[in-house]
Amino acid sequence: MVSMILKRLVLAVPSLIGVVIVTFLLTRALPGDPAAYFAGPAATKEAVEQVRVKLGLDKPLLVQFVHYVGDLSRGDLGASLTTGQPVAIEIRTRLPASAELTLLGLILAVAAAVPLGIAAAIRPGSIIDHACRIVTTAGVSLPVFFTGLILVYVFYYLLGLAPAPLGRLDVFFSPPPQVTGFYLIDSLIARDGELFMASLKQLVLPALTLAIFSLAPIARMTRASMLAVLSSDFVRTARASGLSGFTVVVTYAFRNAMLPVVTTLGMVFSFLLGANVLVEKVFAWPGIGSFAVEALIASDFAPVQGFVLTMAVMYVMLNLAIDILYGIIDPRLRLEA
Amino acid sequence: MTALPLLDIHDLTVEFATRRGMVRAVEQVDLSLAKGETVGIVGESGSGKSVTSYAVMRILDRAGRIAKGSVHFSGLDLCAATEPDMRNLRGREISMIFQNPRAALNPIRKVGRQIEDVLLQHAQTEPSQVAEKAIEILDQVRIARPRERYHAYPFELSGGMCQRVVIALALACRPQLLIADEPTTGLDVTTQKTVMDLIVELTRARGMATILITHDLGLAALYCDRIVVMEKGHVVESATAKSVFTAPSHPYTRKLMRATPRPGASLRDLLPEEEAAAATAPVSSEAMTPVAERTPLGGQTPLLVVEKLVKEYPRKGAGTSFRQLFARKPAPEPETFRAVDHVSFVIHRGESVGLVGESGCGKSTTSTMVMRLIDKTDGVIMFDGQDIGAIPARQFARLPLRKRIQMVFQDPTDSLNPRFTAARAIADPLLRLGDLKGRDAVRARCEELARQVGLPVGLLDRFPHQLSGGQKARVGIARAIALNPDLAILDEPTAALDVSVQAVVLNLLQELKQSLGMSYLFVSHDLNVVRLLCDRVIVMQAGRIVEQGPTERVLSAPQEQYTRDLLAAIPHPRFEQHA
Amino acid sequence: MSELALPKGGEPRATGLGAAAQHVRYVLRENAVTGFAFALFVMIVLAAVLGPYLVPYDPLASDTAAALKGPSLAHWFGTDQLGRDVLSRVIVATRLDFFIAIASVALVFLMGGIAGVAAGFFGGWTDRIVGRIADTIMAFPLFVLAMGIVAALGNSVQNIILATAIVNFPLYARVARAEANVRRDAGFVLAARLCGNGEARILLAQVLPNIMPIMVVQMSLTMGYAILNAAGLSFIGLGVRPPTAEWGIMVADGSTFMVSGEWWIAFFPGAALMLAVFCFNLLGDGLRDIVDPQRRT
Repeated sequence: MVSMILKRLVLAVPSLIGVVIVTFLLTRALPGDPAAYFAGPAATKEAVEQVRVKLGLDKPLLVQFVHYVGDLSRGDLGASLTTGQPVAIEIRTRLPASAELTLLGLILAVAAAVPLGIAAAIRPGSIIDHACRIVTTAGVSLPVFFTGLILVYVFYYLLGLAPAPLGRLDVFFSPPPQVTGFYLIDSLIARDGELFMASLKQLVLPALTLAIFSLAPIARMTRASMLAVLSSDFVRTARASGLSGFTVVVTYAFRNAMLPVVTTLGMVFSFLLGANVLVEKVFAWPGIGSFAVEALIASDFAPVQGFVLTMAVMYVMLNLAIDILYGIIDPRLRLEA
Repeated sequence: MTALPLLDIHDLTVEFATRRGMVRAVEQVDLSLAKGETVGIVGESGSGKSVTSYAVMRILDRAGRIAKGSVHFSGLDLCAATEPDMRNLRGREISMIFQNPRAALNPIRKVGRQIEDVLLQHAQTEPSQVAEKAIEILDQVRIARPRERYHAYPFELSGGMCQRVVIALALACRPQLLIADEPTTGLDVTTQKTVMDLIVELTRARGMATILITHDLGLAALYCDRIVVMEKGHVVESATAKSVFTAPSHPYTRKLMRATPRPGASLRDLLPEEEAAAATAPVSSEAMTPVAERTPLGGQTPLLVVEKLVKEYPRKGAGTSFRQLFARKPAPEPETFRAVDHVSFVIHRGESVGLVGESGCGKSTTSTMVMRLIDKTDGVIMFDGQDIGAIPARQFARLPLRKRIQMVFQDPTDSLNPRFTAARAIADPLLRLGDLKGRDAVRARCEELARQVGLPVGLLDRFPHQLSGGQKARVGIARAIALNPDLAILDEPTAALDVSVQAVVLNLLQELKQSLGMSYLFVSHDLNVVRLLCDRVIVMQAGRIVEQGPTERVLSAPQEQYTRDLLAAIPHPRFEQHA
Repeated sequence: MSELALPKGGEPRATGLGAAAQHVRYVLRENAVTGFAFALFVMIVLAAVLGPYLVPYDPLASDTAAALKGPSLAHWFGTDQLGRDVLSRVIVATRLDFFIAIASVALVFLMGGIAGVAAGFFGGWTDRIVGRIADTIMAFPLFVLAMGIVAALGNSVQNIILATAIVNFPLYARVARAEANVRRDAGFVLAARLCGNGEARILLAQVLPNIMPIMVVQMSLTMGYAILNAAGLSFIGLGVRPPTAEWGIMVADGSTFMVSGEWWIAFFPGAALMLAVFCFNLLGDGLRDIVDPQRRT
């Protein structure tokens, strides 16, 4: 088991190296003058030259790369032009907001999609099956920002049920004392029920948007996987042995069917991390996605670079976790070494 | 005098809803089984034998339903039973085992736990004792070290052991009836015998009734009291094993009996009586040069000489190099796997040589190397005096020598491009290596070849999925003989075919060999077929040649123990039979 | 091994094109949804090609007096904050978005498809290199990578197309590689070698025709994703710039007005977007049924 985990850790290293190299190339090997990008559109020629020297952009590419890696290892992602703060600090403070939103969206999606997929597979051709197919096809077609806007329009403007999409908390509330950075958890720790409800209310619509978006691929894969497993030979054996419906579906079919779904989660995370950016813009959510978008609009380059790098590293780590989880579930991989 | 039958199937009709409407897979089938009796259901593909048993267990596909008839088990009406009732019966009173044992087990659940599931479901033991009971059952099916094997996953066990676990699952609750659906198909010949013997021993000891579903008449005749023969969904004959085997009454049964390769029968004898009589004249009218005129057997330089042929593969596993980085001791196993280990043999012109062995013995690898599709690791391959082993496989495709060695593949479906018509497939060698000019000339040759192999010319413009198994096999043969090769390698060419189709194809192969003066290297695991077609036979095991010599000598007086084991594993029904 | 006694080789059947047409008609009849998707597809193509000539108003013409008016007889989809007719803009945007989708898909098919097929068929170093490239791209969340690429290279339609193609490369390469790999050792490929076919000829004449249908299905599904990608990029300000009419940027413009009740500015372009993507996805599913019924999801 340990060797399997180690093996996977080792395999993740080339991905990390690739990520670092690509982000480096994206920002330094651009057409045009990188120094001008970093100095900003309002900079004078002298300022641009200053930036060029300060960032070492006049040195050969290989030397730049060494500096880049050195900076990264010290956690230095450069500084934002608009705020003047180091990018790394900005990202660290804003990361929990994005994480809380994404996790809640994912939990909602899985909680809805997996039972839907299973139900659709157990009764093919039924209403549930057709509903599942409609949901998955429609869900994959909806642009995530559009869904968010529609939800805001219906639930805030028309029905008045949801609060204004203005961020994590209403103006009247102040955030709970920081433990995890997740308002839901922190407010519970601080035993502030009102704060908890307030945070939750702000979270509902954006999390729902993300959930609707990721529902489709999970439900689709669950249904396909369950269908395949339910018609497999070993399920036939289980049925022929007289095992109860519950045992057949849950112990025999479900556990085997979940394997491909776990690998699909990797792809779903990729979509989610991207959709995060769009949802944060719609709901004015102070996460790292909106941080990057604001920086883009202001032609502030260092935050964008830091954002891409952070997201990529997080994604590599997530994939690693999924790989390890898969290896734990599937004994064929565990015992192969 | 007749006690109530244990299982009574009466007028059973099963339908399936398909794209082309309702299809009747089983029609008006009557079958009854007494306690302790063993009945074999024999038929070719599409006969409905498996569907009948699925209907009894009520585990038909969603698209299937019992349209008419009744099934009674111990007096209970199974067609009218509710699903909970059926679940009670399944595994506890009626059990089933299937082919492909490894796929029949849950791949991510320990085999011991899977047996426990069945025991617990049918409340056979106290929950605290269920593990012990499972180990005891594993012991009863002769699995060595059952206590250890309890914790094993299916992928850690061999095919034979997996089938034993499946048998254990089926017999765990001591059912009264066992249905065995092709339980030995896909297993090695020697394993087949041990598995069948185990099944028979356990069922006889417990007084169980058994239904054995198989396509192999010999197997059924050896192990069953009575035999039911099915064709296209109907029961055509139902009698004791002895009378079906020695005096079949229905024409289909007779055809099946005749088509089964057996000692003492010649190729002609495999064909149905009418065709055997008509086939005294050769099928092909052209190129009917007697073999003697072409090349005498032996005496000249052999066509193919293989000397100390070796093929090694690196042991798989990405972890090997990784482990080597961290290992303190050197790896105990050799890093390469020898599929073929110093194999030497010759084939003379006009000769037919059989290459037999069980799966993994290296026969397919050897034949693929002779074909020059893969490269050897070491050794010499001489064809007509030229060292073809030295030419890399990649280059061989373009040489004129390519024409002279061709192959007929095992799986006719896999070896035909799904997007090519039969004509285009047959024309492929003509277009690439032949010297025919013009579309009409090529087409004419295709039609000539189709006639030679007995393929109706009208079928030439069909795609593979529109042809039957036998027709696809003929297309493959036509393609192989298109350029008049000297040596044709036949890699289990009839393994995927029904036995009646196999009889026809084997006869065709023999006629073609004689009329075209080819030599054959016939790779097979079926000794009876090899006996019919080959002058000499080579027996391989674990990459080495165990024994070789004239077919009659090797198969009637084998010198090596392994050959004797192979021969003993073939089911030989006890009673005399008419040829 | 199917036990069904299906008629085999009995009555003569249509071959070639006739059989294909028969099969297509059968699938369309069975599956009204695919027929509907196909009709929708035709409409989209027509809108893209003929739209700009048929629109009632100039999509760029602003008329501040008529700004922010809801849907009416004069303006079926209402007007935006600059008084431009939303209907005209939505129709004209079809051409741009459709063009982006087709160009991205064509580009990624060429890049990823060829690389994947070569990797799957020849193996060895080709496989390793293509695998490395695909893995590196896959290490990024795809939309984030697209953002990074467009941010680095600059806002333009070409860069959106390039970014979408790059981001989809691993998927195509993987599908193509898997298909080529399965067929690399198939019986008919071995048989083709025996018949004297060289490797290149086998790849092009024998293997590729078997892979094409699956790639076409994949392309149809990716068209939808390409449009969503482009719209998403435009929504956050990367890519197409105002006043160009493009669905994503129109939704972005209209999003601020959504909160105050002027829903039509963002709604109609968003609905058009959804309809187009929905159509491509349904079409892809339908094509998959035609090509290989066993893979039906």
